[in-house]
Amino acid sequence: MSVTTGAGRPASTTADAGTGGDLLRLAERVAGWAGPGEEVEVFVARGEETEIRAYEGEVESLTSATSSGVGIRVVSEHRLGFAWAGTLDEALLTTTLEEARDNARYATPDEHVRLAVPDHVPAVPVDRWDDGLASVPTPKKVEMVLALEARARGGDPRIRQVSSADYGDGAVETALVSTTGIRSANRRTSGFLSVGVIAGEGDASQTGSGFTVGRGVADLDPERAASEAVNRAVRMLGATKGPSGRATVVFDRRAVTTLLAVLSSALSGEAVSKGRSFFAGRIGEEVGSGLVTLVDDPTNVRAYGASAYDAEGLACRRTVLVDRGVLRGFLYDTIAGSRAGVASTGAAVRGGYAGTPSPGCRALTLAPGPEGYDEAGVLGAVGDGVYVQSMTGVHSGVNPVSGDFSVGVEGLVVRDGELAEPVREITVASTFQRMLQSLQVVGADVEWFPGIAAGQTVAFGNMQISGV
Amino acid sequence: MIDTPVLERVLGQALRKGGDFAEVFAEDRSSQSAVLDDGRVEELASGRERGAGVRVIRGETTGYAHTADLSEAGLLRAAETAAAVAHGGGEGRTVPSDPRLGARGGSVAGERSPATMSKADTLELLRRADEAARSSGGAVSQVQAGYGGSLRRVLVANSEGVLATDDQVRTRFSVSCVAVGDAGLQTGFETAARTIGTELFDDISVEDLARAAATRAIAKLSARPAPSGEVPLVLAGGSGGILFHEACGHGLEADHILKAASVYAGRIGQRVASPLVTLVDDGTVGSEWGTFAVDDEGRPAQRNVLIEDGVLTDYLWDYLRARKEGRVPSGNGRRQSYQHLPMVRMTNTFLLPGEDDPDAIVADTPRGVYVAKLGGGQVNTTTGDFVFGTTEAYLIEDGRITEPLRDANLIGNGPEILTRIDAVATDFAMTPGTCGKDGQSVPVGCGQATLRITGVTIGGTAE
Repeated sequence: MSVTTGAGRPASTTADAGTGGDLLRLAERVAGWAGPGEEVEVFVARGEETEIRAYEGEVESLTSATSSGVGIRVVSEHRLGFAWAGTLDEALLTTTLEEARDNARYATPDEHVRLAVPDHVPAVPVDRWDDGLASVPTPKKVEMVLALEARARGGDPRIRQVSSADYGDGAVETALVSTTGIRSANRRTSGFLSVGVIAGEGDASQTGSGFTVGRGVADLDPERAASEAVNRAVRMLGATKGPSGRATVVFDRRAVTTLLAVLSSALSGEAVSKGRSFFAGRIGEEVGSGLVTLVDDPTNVRAYGASAYDAEGLACRRTVLVDRGVLRGFLYDTIAGSRAGVASTGAAVRGGYAGTPSPGCRALTLAPGPEGYDEAGVLGAVGDGVYVQSMTGVHSGVNPVSGDFSVGVEGLVVRDGELAEPVREITVASTFQRMLQSLQVVGADVEWFPGIAAGQTVAFGNMQISGV
Repeated sequence: MIDTPVLERVLGQALRKGGDFAEVFAEDRSSQSAVLDDGRVEELASGRERGAGVRVIRGETTGYAHTADLSEAGLLRAAETAAAVAHGGGEGRTVPSDPRLGARGGSVAGERSPATMSKADTLELLRRADEAARSSGGAVSQVQAGYGGSLRRVLVANSEGVLATDDQVRTRFSVSCVAVGDAGLQTGFETAARTIGTELFDDISVEDLARAAATRAIAKLSARPAPSGEVPLVLAGGSGGILFHEACGHGLEADHILKAASVYAGRIGQRVASPLVTLVDDGTVGSEWGTFAVDDEGRPAQRNVLIEDGVLTDYLWDYLRARKEGRVPSGNGRRQSYQHLPMVRMTNTFLLPGEDDPDAIVADTPRGVYVAKLGGGQVNTTTGDFVFGTTEAYLIEDGRITEPLRDANLIGNGPEILTRIDAVATDFAMTPGTCGKDGQSVPVGCGQATLRITGVTIGGTAE
């Protein structure tokens, strides 16, 4: 599926035989335009996508698109310049390289600024590509989303409205070639179904959402997406504003994925070296309870973010960040690693052709708790507390630099180890530092969600609830 | 960008299989940005994106296809794809498939200054901001300053004869600081963003911006945990009209209304807020961040009064939702880029100023929380529950602003909070923001004068 070769080694026939072969050749050609004394990295991407939205038994909209683009980094005299274009037109490829070259002239010279060089770590050939997706006819996709909408609508007599029912799929191929010997290609397909419902009783309305993702349509489980949305909306009916006080707070799997994704930015070697992480300077120290083991492992093919290569073309690899409460490491790309005096951990990520690489997680997990600790097990261990089924204001209330944590939540009261009445319009607050210390129970019900982290049911002790 | 006869042929192709409406949206966007971080100019970036989307509506179904290929052949292919999609949507009206453009004309933005600043001048601004932030106090440990300038040229043509273009020039400058103290790290952020070119820097001082960000971070080093529970809240003028954007703005977007996914559905003519509340959405205000000449469906921007003296007067409309209701759109059809379908979006949304004195409002508040700056927010339009975060807040004790508080989210229910506004001052100011909806981001403005809410729940860690 994707191959990197070191400097001077011949390209593998696998890469060129695949559909990404022409992209590799294109990237190679552009990198070949490098002038004397400059290093050039060329990232090219090409994708196709379909999005279908259903409403009241009809297709509300269907979008079909192809896109492509290029991102070029130029380093000369330890100065970096970047330019991108949302096209692979020959004329714009030339001007994009020229722009990147010109931009480099204005950057501050910095000995750490450099492109990745092959480090000979072999890539694990994880495959997130489904050949079958391309042959799924559009009417079949339409049928799936209409069925999802109908299933959600009929899921419970209290469902008043299916506010959204979406199908989406995409296939993206990328290639990366540099004058420093990097040559890699990645490709992946993805498919999803998601649904949002409104449940009502009397004057009250509540919402719930559910989704299912996979490499293609065969992996999708529409029944689960629909029942999840229905259950989440219906069980919130009758919710009232809860009381203020200190409590043990149980976060459901989806919420934990979000928590880990935010926390991950404090584990970026770049954030650490620039003093923008509360973990800075704490390697080897105890930063959490013994239950806290955090590992980023993009070589796990089950992870949504699994990948053979990182955004600089190095092999993705498993990195232990926190081991039984002790901070062990950070994630580095080439430049952040150089600044810290370490090698890249193969953790460069980039937001498509319009972004430059920076270190980040692709597949972060909190080590699972004891066997059999599913959601019910965690609730039973907790006894009394608050169960969070969704959070709002994560971008406005959680600060990965200071660690301050304050989010709006909706969920249910936990009483005697069981879910009881629903609560809404309350906030849960603490700091990440305290939460890691007060991690009380960790579930074994790990599930991979779209994004950069997995989630399982987790309970933190002594959080501040703000309500009435 | 595309010749009129080509647009006419593409629209004709889009309607050949039947359909009620066809539209071509083309966009050519170039951008330049620069970041100074950790004392170094780390990255200058240039970007260019151009392409077009063809939309065909037939009955209740919309087909959309977009392409980066602006040749006639590329546009015709997109038109065929969109038409095929819409055809699957069942019966609709069929309009003649030979549209003639220009019947209703369009508007063109006036002359603007150069879209982006020279690279050398940009670096100078970044260095000045860095220096001003660092000299604000020894506790400032990290400064990131960023410049972004863009020129977005849009062209919209549709089968109803609309042909409109707009050149949207936007400039943004922001500073983000970290301060370090005994209790750890704190952050401060400040941004200026307007729909103008380099003349933004005639109006604002990057040094002032940098000092505001630095001061904010430093102040929070000695901050105590924010309280928890319900408190009276005074929001400073221009602290971020995000309150109204979240508490009711999103709930007044017609797409939510028509799906009964808003607490404000069916409430036109009813009292939904305190009589002190007159809420306006206006895409024509000066050079604010949410301003444009024509929206992404070719409608001129306009001023829309949504709530007048506490009574709900109207919603926000795009083409599709207005058509369903048999009315005219309100200039609120926007999209992130040609790769997206348009939907109902806010522009500049603000509360008109009142008559109170801002200092008198604080003096008249025995105990509460004073918010000098808000961060982002989020709302569930169906329930009306929303949150918004503070990035600079203080305690009010005995009518005086006292100790700084650490960041926290506030949570409330839109319709309830709007009735609890009991004072609005005269010190109106606008702030820029980025609004995300359904995966699409667009620039918006928010504005309000100093105001008081009698009770809102603050989510701090203090008991």
